[in-house]
Amino acid sequence: MSNSIYASNPYHEEERRHTISVIVDNEPGVLARVIGLFSGRGYNIESLTVAETRHRQGLSRITIVTSGTAMIIEQIKAQLNRLVPVHSVSDLTIEGPSVERELALVKVDGVGEPRVESLRIADIFRARVVDATNESFVFEIVGDTGKLDAFIELMKPLGLVDISRTGVVAISRGPEGMSGQE
Amino acid sequence: MAKDQITGAAMVIKALQDQGVEVVFGYPGGAVLPIYDEIFKQNKLRHVLVRQEGGAVHAAEGYARSTGKVGCVLVTSGPGATNAVTGLLDAMLDSIPLVCLCGQVPTHLIGNDAFQEADTTGITRPCTKHNYLVKSIEDLPRIMHEAFYVASSGRPGPVVIDLPKDVQMALGDYTAPTKVTHKSYKPQVKGDVAAIKEAVKMLAKAKKPIIYAGGGVINSGPGASKLLTNFTQMTGFPITLTLMGLGAYPAADKQYLGMLGMHGTYEANMTMHDCDVMLCVGARFDDRITGRLDAFSPNSKKIHIDIDPSSINKSVRVDLPVIGDVAHVLEDLIKVWKSTQAKVDEKALKSWWKQINEWRAKDCLAYQKDDKIIKPQLAVQRLYELTKHRKDVYITTEVGQHQMWAAQHFRFESPNHWMTSGGLGTMGYGLPSAMGVQVAHPDALVVDIAGEASILMNIQELGTIAQYKLPVKVFILNNHYMGMVRQWQELLHGSRYSESYMEGLPDFVKLAESFGLKGLRATHPGELDSAIQEMLDADCGVILDVAVAPEENCFPMIPSGAAHNEMIFGADVKTEGAIAEDGMVLV
Ligand SMILES: Cc1cc2nc3c(=O)[nH]c(=O)nc-3n(C[C@H](O)[C@H](O)[C@H](O)COP(=O)(O)OP(=O)(O)OC[C@H]3O[C@@H](n4cnc5c(N)ncnc54)[C@H](O)[C@@H]3O)c2cc1C
Ligand SMILES: Cc1ncc(C[n+]2csc(CCOP(=O)(O)OP(=O)(O)O)c2C)c(N)n1
Ligand SMILES: [Mg+2]
Repeated sequence: MSNSIYASNPYHEEERRHTISVIVDNEPGVLARVIGLFSGRGYNIESLTVAETRHRQGLSRITIVTSGTAMIIEQIKAQLNRLVPVHSVSDLTIEGPSVERELALVKVDGVGEPRVESLRIADIFRARVVDATNESFVFEIVGDTGKLDAFIELMKPLGLVDISRTGVVAISRGPEGMSGQE
Repeated sequence: MAKDQITGAAMVIKALQDQGVEVVFGYPGGAVLPIYDEIFKQNKLRHVLVRQEGGAVHAAEGYARSTGKVGCVLVTSGPGATNAVTGLLDAMLDSIPLVCLCGQVPTHLIGNDAFQEADTTGITRPCTKHNYLVKSIEDLPRIMHEAFYVASSGRPGPVVIDLPKDVQMALGDYTAPTKVTHKSYKPQVKGDVAAIKEAVKMLAKAKKPIIYAGGGVINSGPGASKLLTNFTQMTGFPITLTLMGLGAYPAADKQYLGMLGMHGTYEANMTMHDCDVMLCVGARFDDRITGRLDAFSPNSKKIHIDIDPSSINKSVRVDLPVIGDVAHVLEDLIKVWKSTQAKVDEKALKSWWKQINEWRAKDCLAYQKDDKIIKPQLAVQRLYELTKHRKDVYITTEVGQHQMWAAQHFRFESPNHWMTSGGLGTMGYGLPSAMGVQVAHPDALVVDIAGEASILMNIQELGTIAQYKLPVKVFILNNHYMGMVRQWQELLHGSRYSESYMEGLPDFVKLAESFGLKGLRATHPGELDSAIQEMLDADCGVILDVAVAPEENCFPMIPSGAAHNEMIFGADVKTEGAIAEDGMVLV
């Protein structure tokens, strides 16, 4: 904790990880606005994904994983809502149950026993081989962040070369859709 | 080509006229020549040529703040746009509605480091409420109208429209503004009824209430000030205003405790500190107000009326937020108060006032009189006394001690008559802002209360004042120092006045005269009134250079990092060590 008088956390709250979904107009600069808001105000971004989800309405969905005290998270949502091209903001972490998924492509290089071992582990994790040569595999793995982290950890001693991850996408469980997409 | 198609530049002028814009403050250049050509061809929309684009933005701010309308700016690409940036951020922090049109290089050259190209939308993104790059003529009419909607609705703010030159020259169909709701930006103006009922209950139970109101009341319009005044007088509660809120409640009224905060009054700050229920109306718990957060009004329940949800719980946690426009919410609050026949706790209120009047008796704004040298506080007081019979007095300020003395000693009875740079604290704001106010109110008395350092930051605007014969009065409290900086150096840095003495100052009298304006000087208390009167009587622009006590400090003061009940005062101030070590890092 800093000794600052304007302490950022005067109420001594715990920080928590939140997954926030944002429906935005798919227009130039919209991602810069969101990212600029986070960097300018000193909020964390653990992961951020964006893609168009409703072509006809020109809407995209941004999923942001961030962390902060309840007060900061509340600020983040209010600040996001203030951006003109933002249609709606939803905090999946507190607004009921949700599912989160992330995809990773993991390249492992090796021959002999480590190569066989990497295949075996991939099987346990339900990772698919999407590219293979005599001395390498590219695995595709889908799951929550923890599962991906665990898989990557196990691949390290087996010749891990390269990783590419999408970042988290998430959606609420049940029949309800997110507002702001009419 | 359809016969009634017009150029983008013509559309810009048409849209401005349809939006009711009467005047635009600007400066030409290559990338906006088509628009200037259209300005030349008509005479409905007035253009005021400033001397630097920064001046245009502050002028538009002054215009907007004193009229409640959207201020409008026109600048060229590259350096024109970058010169406007400070003013845009100033308007952002003080919630001033502006539309700023910037020229841009033609679309096919964007990204090429073309001549006078700047990434204007990139640069201004964090200093505007919203910005647009118009890539096609089809989008232009919609964007023009949307910009005015965004600038003026909800919490107001500046909007930039970046207009490539080829779009200004392209032909297209113009569409007039319509009352369509924006697809995503829909601020909430009506407050939640249940919350308002709850607020009434909390207020009726209060034993030590305070109303703390700010710039949001001004933003909400003169009707909001009336409602605030009604409610305050109905309840008999004490009220204090922020720097941005001055004028929202009549200063002459006995329930008014003066400004609160770092340089606010003792009674206002003590009342805030000791209250049990606080009603915050359109103010944002700025750090100049709260001081040390964990000691800020520690025992009160807080109600916060604000149109911007991001202002709620930003620094201070409140017990009851009411999201909505001040005027709408106060109207409902008064209705519910009356319909539920809510009553204040008369007995408690009486002893609360007794306590408040004891604090008041300290007379915290008192200063040592001097018959040889003009005290800056006296200068402001005399200006006030000699103008208070007029209703049409508008005061702007620069930034520094003089700004605080103006806030403390000039008294405002109605909203929109006080223009100051609060959030950004931009030196150089006052002169161009006064220009904008005078353009909006040609017959009014407009005075920029200035410091000799600040005034030099936009001194070129004397040329604009001369050209348009604007009778703006510049009232310089000349202490030969960047006084506010010197005061902090005295309190915090052992009186080592590093680079805060103003050498090489111009002769302000001759400077005024060189622009064809009137120059006056007062150096002795005995000359003050006659000099002020001569300034007021002149029908042209005037600089009155008042030589004031150079080392006067602005008190009372809550030192950085201290609590509201730890104010320091003029006479009994211990200088060194007055501000604790850990307060030194704060600004
Ligand atoms: C040298 C210096 C010293 C200063 N010292 C002091 C000081 O001693 N005391 C002081 O008060 N200030 C001081 N300031 C100013 C300070 O920095 C802030 O600018 C000021 O306190 C903010 O005022 P405010 O809270 O009224 O908010 P504003 O900045 O005016 O914000 C208005 C609030 O109202 C809301 N709002 C806007 N429109 C509406 C609406 N229609 N309905 C409802 N809500 C609305 C906004 O969302 C916002 O939250 C100083 C500045 C300088 C440069
Ligand atoms: C553009 C800008 N630069 C620097 C500052 C920091 N600053 C705040 S007050 C001040 C001194 C102002 O001096 P002057 O205008 O003479 O006013 P005084 O305090 O003496 O009344 C300075 C440098 C500022 N607010 N704005
Ligand atoms: Mg000075």
